[in-house]
Amino acid sequence: MAAFLLRRLANYAVLAVAATSLAYLLAAVALDPRSNFDDRAPRPPESVVDARLTRLNLNDRTALAVRYGTWAAGVLHGDFGRTWEGRPVNAELWRRLGVSVRLMSPGAVLGSALGILLGAYAAIRQGRAADRFITFGSYLLLAVPVFVLAVLLQIVAAKANDAMGMHLFAWVGETSPGAAYGPFGALGGLADRARHLFLPTVTIAMTQIAFYSRYQRGLMLDVLHADFVRTARAKGLRHRTALLRHGLRTALIPMTTYFAYSFGFLVLGGMFCEQAFGWHGMGEWLVEAVSRGDVNVVAAISCLAACGVLAAGLASDVLHGVLDPRVRSGAAA
Amino acid sequence: MTLLVVRDLTVRYAPGVPAVRGVGFDVGAGEVLGVVGESGSGKTALALAMVGLLPPDARVTGSVRLRGEELVGRSDAELSRIRGRDLAMVFQDPLSALTPVHPVGDQIAEAVRIHSGATWPAARARAVELLDLVGIPGAARRARACPHEFSGGMRQRVMIAMAIANDPVAIVADEPTTALDVTVQAQVLDVLKAAKEATGAAIVLITHDLGVVAGFADRIMVMHAGRAVESGPVEEVYRRPRMPYTIGLLQSLPRMGAAGAARPAPVDGASPEAPAAGGGCAFRPRCPVAVDACGGRDPEPVLVGPSGHTAACVNTEATADPDAVFPLPDAVPRPARPPRRERPVVLEVDGLVRHHPLYRGTLLRRRAGTVHAVDGIGFDVREAETLALVGESGCGKTTALMEILRLARPQRGSVAVLGQDTAALRPARRKALRRDVQVVFQDPFTSLDPRMRVADIIAEPFAAHGLRAPRGRVRELLDLVGLEPAHAGRYPHGLSGGQRQRVGIARALALEPRLLLLDEPVAALDVSVQAGVMDLLEGLRNRLGIAYLFVAHDLAVVHRIADRVAVMYMGRIVEIGSVDEVYGRPAHPYTRALLDAVPLPDPRLERRRRRVPLRGDLPDPTAPPAGCRFRSRCPRYAALGAVDARRCEEHDPMPRPMSTDRESDQWAACHHPLAEAGAGS
Repeated sequence: MAAFLLRRLANYAVLAVAATSLAYLLAAVALDPRSNFDDRAPRPPESVVDARLTRLNLNDRTALAVRYGTWAAGVLHGDFGRTWEGRPVNAELWRRLGVSVRLMSPGAVLGSALGILLGAYAAIRQGRAADRFITFGSYLLLAVPVFVLAVLLQIVAAKANDAMGMHLFAWVGETSPGAAYGPFGALGGLADRARHLFLPTVTIAMTQIAFYSRYQRGLMLDVLHADFVRTARAKGLRHRTALLRHGLRTALIPMTTYFAYSFGFLVLGGMFCEQAFGWHGMGEWLVEAVSRGDVNVVAAISCLAACGVLAAGLASDVLHGVLDPRVRSGAAA
Repeated sequence: MTLLVVRDLTVRYAPGVPAVRGVGFDVGAGEVLGVVGESGSGKTALALAMVGLLPPDARVTGSVRLRGEELVGRSDAELSRIRGRDLAMVFQDPLSALTPVHPVGDQIAEAVRIHSGATWPAARARAVELLDLVGIPGAARRARACPHEFSGGMRQRVMIAMAIANDPVAIVADEPTTALDVTVQAQVLDVLKAAKEATGAAIVLITHDLGVVAGFADRIMVMHAGRAVESGPVEEVYRRPRMPYTIGLLQSLPRMGAAGAARPAPVDGASPEAPAAGGGCAFRPRCPVAVDACGGRDPEPVLVGPSGHTAACVNTEATADPDAVFPLPDAVPRPARPPRRERPVVLEVDGLVRHHPLYRGTLLRRRAGTVHAVDGIGFDVREAETLALVGESGCGKTTALMEILRLARPQRGSVAVLGQDTAALRPARRKALRRDVQVVFQDPFTSLDPRMRVADIIAEPFAAHGLRAPRGRVRELLDLVGLEPAHAGRYPHGLSGGQRQRVGIARALALEPRLLLLDEPVAALDVSVQAGVMDLLEGLRNRLGIAYLFVAHDLAVVHRIADRVAVMYMGRIVEIGSVDEVYGRPAHPYTRALLDAVPLPDPRLERRRRRVPLRGDLPDPTAPPAGCRFRSRCPRYAALGAVDARRCEEHDPMPRPMSTDRESDQWAACHHPLAEAGAGS
């Protein structure tokens, strides 16, 4: 297993380098940081602009290969360069990554777990009211864009706040200023964070549930009439237990592959959520960077996203191996 | 003591006709009831109804009593306390009936735990005991392995271990050996027998194989169109069958024992999916002794012999002499042909090799070895002759056939069709040669395009060669294979299995080939339909002088149709010769074991036989044993002295003639053949 993981990692490293380099080159060609100076009044002299752009390694009058070389040398030393404002990209990247992970992980975990359970349940109740309700609900959610869903939830939350006469739901930013210094101290801060996290988590979880439940329902239907489920019942397991113990585990195996692919959706969904709920995470930063022509930031985020997708792929392979002994012995033999 | 009592059991799927209609039987402790019938006769629905595992849209009426306790109409929760404890089940396909992701030991332990509430360690220990009981070597270690690490026969042993885990009162076995090779089938039946003796359970054995019932069951119940048409003690029913359907089934079986005996009589027509219109006996349309009284209503079973031998037939007078019921077909005249040596060679294979590289791992593929699928085989097929390739699954017989069909340069060795070496063919010549070599596949359900009409399917070979089908040729071909002109406009799904296989044969014959490659052409068909298709193949060979290369695993079928037979084991031909010689005086221990393992459809003969069962499974095909490949399972090798055994260990035996007689052409690859037949040796 260790040898397999090492080789896999080497493959992934090559992929990550290729993806990041392409992202840098594309951004460097397509984005035009020089235009940021156009609407300044008074427009700085050309030499000043050049000097500033060169310092940031953003000067389009330097050959692309040279810029790429400078950037790549920096990246090799773990330095993604500087942002437009001249601050190091690295520090900001880690800070923003933390925000994004805090925003997305509860929704992702909750959404995939609930989605799998709901999908399995819908399959067991195939054709009945519960199945139809879940199917209808997930199609509805799939049809609604994330930002619309976020806004709808905010409206509902606002009505709920009004109806209760207290400010239970909060949806702007990560915390309310000063919450950690209230009567409950750090505990109060934590509760405030949870309160702010609630709506974004629900938004992300709902879209994830919609995706996962559709897939899981289809997979579960395949094993519903499988011979080994019948064998399990012949041993004396009740229908539902047989399905959970023998059917679900088998039906989860193809899901691991989907897990890797859904990571991309999650990042995209996270971007909309940050905008809608006023979190200052990676998604928001990427949008700003693109509009400002901040090549280094775009490349850094692309690198991180590529690594994230590859890590999700690796995780799904490992999960696949854990769930499916057929793969395990195949890799070991 | 009667343990299992079934009365008037009827299974109805929501809209359609009932799958099982008013079936009843008793099974006592330690007794085995064999339920036989063709596909669609309701056997499996009956089995699932007894254990309450039918799909939810099925409606069951009647009564199933286990030790006096009624099972029909109980809830899933109540039944789940009985299933697996008092009433166990063994399913047909061991490849899909075990959960792929759990170790087998845990799957057995689960069966123990559900009912006894034992702890996991105790249940696992019991699972190891059970695995040991069903003959799995290294049970403690193998209990931790997952199903994919076991062969088919071993998985079926696991299924049986699971079934007997809680000392059940009754076991329902639904086609427990159908998916297995004959040698493995014999082993598994022995295990089932041992399990019966260990638990004293009543067994309901459902099968389509009359040979298995003859050797294993005490009583037999024959099902047709959802009804029990005949039942009684096995010996009595086999000796004096009284229901015309049973008579037809028994007569249509190809028999190995009786050389030169009467040809089997096919029960023509397909098994009806619905009972005959207007009620009455469902077998009436196919019955040769039907009378007016057969219409109206279903005939009730009447007592026709000792020990409760009953038959559901109105006209039992006509069946007093079973042999007179089905008119024996006229023997197909075999036109006089010059002796074999003077006939032209149609196919010559020499030293043919096909190795497959084997890759392991879905995540990370790497070469793990080579499967020696076909490892240097040679034979020739002459005009108007049938050579059968037989062997267990995985012996390379189908690979050999496909390699010949490619008409390309083999990895090693040579293939010559009609005197032309396939390695030297130019593409245009190769295509032309394809007209002379046609193929019929095993599965008539998947080898015909479901969206093409029969007429188009049969005419397609012409189009493939840029020809126009001559007028009336399709009709002629349909007539040749015994189909009606009206079938031309139908789609494959409107035909029965036997009819589809006839379409497949008509398609193969369209271009008047000289050589027909048949890959298990009757393996997917019911016995009564098999007989008809084999008659057809025999007749075509005699009339048209085509040569057949016939791949099969069923030795009885081969005995019936082939002139010569080649027995394959692990990519090699271990014995080849005329059918009479090979079946009459097998020289290779493997041939002997294969022949021994075929159950005979005759209870007296079957029970009297003494047989040496073949041990174990096929060795790993990537690493065949050194010296003789059959050594690891050879009963003869096991009995040899050290000096003789060394030859088997060190030298790979080459085929050599078993007789100096000029007429004999029996060759075997064995250092110590069983009988060096003939004058010489």
